[in-house]
Amino acid sequence: MRVHIDVNGERLAADDVWEGESLLYVLRERLGLPGAKNACEQGECGSCTVYLDGLPVCACLVAAGQAEGREVVTVEGLASGDDLDQGLDEVQRAFVEAGAVQCGFCTPGLIVQAHSLIESTPQVPEDADIREALAGNLCRCTGYEKIIDAVRLAATRKAQNKAAQKKAPR
Amino acid sequence: MRPFAYQRATDVPSAVAAGTGQAMYLGGGTNLVDLMRLGVATPEVLVDVTRVPFDTIEETPGGGLLIGAGVRNSDLAAHPLVLRNYPMLAQAVVAGGSGQIRNMATVAGNLLQRTRCSYFQDITKPCNKRVPGSGCPAREGDHRNLAILGHSEACVATHPSDMAVPLAALGAVVNVESSGGPRAIPMPGFHRLPGDAPERDTLLRPGDLVTAVELPALPFAARSRYRKVRDRASFAFAVVSVAAALDVADGVVRDCRIALGGVAHVPWRAERAEAALRGAPATAEEFARAAEAELAQASPLPRNAFKVPLARNVLVRTLLDLTAREDLTAAGDTGETS
Ligand SMILES: Cc1cc2nc3c(=O)[nH]c(=O)nc-3n(C[C@H](O)[C@H](O)[C@H](O)COP(=O)(O)OP(=O)(O)OC[C@H]3O[C@@H](n4cnc5c(N)ncnc54)[C@H](O)[C@@H]3O)c2cc1C
Ligand code: SF4
Ligand code: FES
Ligand code: FES
Repeated sequence: MRVHIDVNGERLAADDVWEGESLLYVLRERLGLPGAKNACEQGECGSCTVYLDGLPVCACLVAAGQAEGREVVTVEGLASGDDLDQGLDEVQRAFVEAGAVQCGFCTPGLIVQAHSLIESTPQVPEDADIREALAGNLCRCTGYEKIIDAVRLAATRKAQNKAAQKKAPR
Repeated sequence: MRPFAYQRATDVPSAVAAGTGQAMYLGGGTNLVDLMRLGVATPEVLVDVTRVPFDTIEETPGGGLLIGAGVRNSDLAAHPLVLRNYPMLAQAVVAGGSGQIRNMATVAGNLLQRTRCSYFQDITKPCNKRVPGSGCPAREGDHRNLAILGHSEACVATHPSDMAVPLAALGAVVNVESSGGPRAIPMPGFHRLPGDAPERDTLLRPGDLVTAVELPALPFAARSRYRKVRDRASFAFAVVSVAAALDVADGVVRDCRIALGGVAHVPWRAERAEAALRGAPATAEEFARAAEAELAQASPLPRNAFKVPLARNVLVRTLLDLTAREDLTAAGDTGETS
């Protein structure tokens, strides 16, 4: 079957998709977006997390046909432009700065999930809320402390950016 | 994964029309896609019902709620009327899975998710639920997290849903559509005990489409709580859980609704405990007596006997919480324990 998906703001089509393929497979193997990772394929690790119609989901459990006509944003889509220093989202930048990345396998999923948490909470979230929000993202390297640091850092900066924008005259 | 045909339904009639033969309905896919990949579920046709417009929550004329089958778990848990009138339901839903899972999972899919018994999920092993008559290795093997109540020689599995536990306590009604017309199946009673047919989890027949779950008005459920015990602080299935609503006046229990999770093939309505409590003083002693009355009928297996005192203690603790605190309708209370 043919599947059309709005991926990172662009309408893409994948051909010859088998009904049993997941959204994750379509993104990685057919649309050239290897950011979201394939690990457990059971919804347990969160490394495949992408936005589907604005909400983070495990792409490994989404059947390809379910994504027809829907909007997907992957970790690639959070950065803007090709300039990797300037174009990174605050969450991506904070992960680098805080040293929250070791092998990096969990990172794309964590960044999407953390991005969603920060976008949906007006204040800087408490550590307990960060931990609960990231409960579905497993990391076997870092021990999570640096990840929590990164999310707190990104949330603080985003809150500051918003405050600065409000003050600035239009 | 076995080859299958994929169809997208746009309304209830087209879903029911497509749901014949070896078809299965696809909700969020968080359980079914997994089971298909494991080879446990082998539909010939997958009828995607995620575009059927049964994704709303409406107040009923009687003061209850009509929850569409396609409502996402995250939307259900965040709904203001659920939080206000049935806090134990909101607490149970957020206690299940992860944020990513709840964003996909639907109400119908949650109700109909299959057991997490490891033999059921492993097609190289015998399992009466997956292959009727093949045997039940869990009875002699790994059953630490399986049933202590209502199990049979054929199957000792538990129903894994958190959401279903408060639904059983509330006496929710499951609305079903089929080629033979609509039906309404009350809970408890929608899920079935294994008996000698553990392959059937519920009263549904092939082709039945769940369209909604209806909650009755129950004013005292505004004071209710879900307490879940699991092996880690978050993102794990219940070892034991309790959903309870309590109506206390002048120190006496006027009415109550109690159900247990993680202990049986069904979300277990604790009728004996409820009967023992009605009219009794709302004291720790009476709560303990009621919990004993319920768990006297438990028949644990060698490696899950710990669940009997655990269920008793969690039940008593939940009832104590409900009498000790006046503010249990607060949204921030997730009812979690670790
Ligand atoms: C890693 C992980 C952890 C989890 N942890 C928990 C937990 O702690 N607590 C908990 O309660 N749950 C937990 N779950 C289970 C999760 O809640 C269920 O997978 C989910 O609720 C199923 O909903 P769905 O819409 O995705 O169903 P699907 O996977 O789409 O379907 C499940 C079943 O329901 C049937 N179905 C779906 N819709 C209909 C309909 N309208 N009419 C008739 N039949 C229908 C399907 O045919 C299928 O048999 C977990 C799942 C995962 C993957
Ligand atoms: S307990 Fe039930 S599901 Fe588990 S192996 Fe036995 S028959 Fe199968
Ligand atoms: S690969 Fe999807 S959750 Fe692990
Ligand atoms: S950095 Fe290796 S899994 Fe998280």
